[in-house]
Amino acid sequence: MSTVNPAEHVAAHPADILAPNAWGGLSFQDRMATAEFRIHHEAHIVVDGSVCEGCSTRECIVACPANLFVPTSDGGLVFNHEQCFECGACYLVCNKEGAISWNYPEGGHGVVFRRT
Amino acid sequence: MSPTAVTDTAPEVDVVVVGGGPAGACAALVAARAGLSVVLLERGPFPGSKNMYGGVVYPRILDELIPNWWLEAPVQRWVTRRSTMLLTDTQALTVDFRSEAWGKPPYNGATAYRPDFDHWLAGHAEAAGAQLVTSTTATGLLRDAAGKVVGVRTDRPDGDLTARVVIACDGVNSFLAKEAGLYEHTDASHFTLGVKETLALPKEVIDERFGVRGRDGVDIEIIGATGKVNGGGFLYTNLDTIAVGVVLKLTKLGAQQQRPEQIIATLKQHPAIAPLVQDGELKEYSAHLIPEAGLKMMPKMTTAGMLVAGDAAALCLAAGIWLEGVNFAMASGMYAGEAAVEAVRAGDTSAAGLAGYQRRLSDTFVLKDHRKLRRAPELVLSDRVQHLYPTMVANVAERMFRVDNPNPKPGVRRILAQERKKAGVRRRDLLRDGWTGFRSFG
Repeated sequence: MSTVNPAEHVAAHPADILAPNAWGGLSFQDRMATAEFRIHHEAHIVVDGSVCEGCSTRECIVACPANLFVPTSDGGLVFNHEQCFECGACYLVCNKEGAISWNYPEGGHGVVFRRT
Repeated sequence: MSPTAVTDTAPEVDVVVVGGGPAGACAALVAARAGLSVVLLERGPFPGSKNMYGGVVYPRILDELIPNWWLEAPVQRWVTRRSTMLLTDTQALTVDFRSEAWGKPPYNGATAYRPDFDHWLAGHAEAAGAQLVTSTTATGLLRDAAGKVVGVRTDRPDGDLTARVVIACDGVNSFLAKEAGLYEHTDASHFTLGVKETLALPKEVIDERFGVRGRDGVDIEIIGATGKVNGGGFLYTNLDTIAVGVVLKLTKLGAQQQRPEQIIATLKQHPAIAPLVQDGELKEYSAHLIPEAGLKMMPKMTTAGMLVAGDAAALCLAAGIWLEGVNFAMASGMYAGEAAVEAVRAGDTSAAGLAGYQRRLSDTFVLKDHRKLRRAPELVLSDRVQHLYPTMVANVAERMFRVDNPNPKPGVRRILAQERKKAGVRRRDLLRDGWTGFRSFG
């Protein structure tokens, strides 16, 4: 278990490559860097991109508040669990059986919202 | 039977409460005070670490558990000013109420950070004798041969924990309630996604912009702020931060191809909001799901050996002018704790033995409010209330207050009729929605 500053850890966020500084001068990477994540090496959410290839709606891409679902040029989807808010939006909007297997991260890991 | 089947040895504890949020903390507090052995499981490193909300809590129910709670609760500001704001792209109509009484004991609502508030509340459960176990995720239920819930499996090594009663306060996704079969189905349209920016501003700037002093604070609820995605906006004052965010109908996000943070950005640029949030430096971006549909989505609350409380039981009131959740969580947790005590003392933790829980929920505001407001969540998120009425109402206000000389003032009735037509609202629908609103709020 380690506390990682995502700003140092993650390369440019795909959302920033698509629309750099789209929102009030703050990159998506900087936005996500304000939240603390205690990252576990094992992914608590696993996305089977092969199931997603046949999906025409892909609502997860839009609904995920952390913007963790990124379409690939070959029609697939990549997902990174590291900055997940553990909200549940993705599995609820997903309409493809078996595409997302969703669990909470191991105890003590994942998002930690701030105290004063 | 599954590998989680358990033979009939004595349970390790009387009660295991899953989830250290406000529901779990109150359940554990009540059961521990009654002398039961209680374990309170929290999957985060501390209670409240996974929890996020818009920002206002109404702790009146705590009078029954922690007298004079306001002397010690970690609140940011006392809400003495409540505004409901209706926005169009270029207009804003606000109903603004303030009361000096809400800034004094016994108070009404307060802004608070959930990691602070929940941590404080769980501390009371610990002080009462509950054993808090953090960084531990409950991964499933243990059942006996008859299917009765007799404990939980956790992600600790040898992490099975048997109990006479399991109280599932495991939040909006409640995998335990689902595993127990208490939800008939899960419907994405019953949920909204809350996203929030906590913005740092000096206290003096907040006081000046929002017209408050000392620990007094402001709660602004906003409709018409979320573009084509049905939902609502909010803006709350903390001591030296403000919370601005939106609550969005989950199934509309994908349909409209609008991302949550874009919708916040648009709200922040609105001429009525921009001056309030200007220069606020992002301190934290956060998100959480909300069980929004009230009575319509609620699960069965009780099964043999198990009770469900808080968000896990969809006990969140999203009724436009009333947006409450933490109070329903605390109350349902408290009643679940009482029912568990009753059942353990009587030596009957079957569904019948635990029936005191449902009775308490039914006899109190927990289900009375939800029954009365059962049509409200759908009305508030309906397309007409979201997309047609704000324009209609704002235009009526604009024409009433516009001095259009040399034309004489038109009568309000005529303006209303004209603006209704212009907004594309049918009289029949307006009357029907008015009646639904009256039956809910009247």
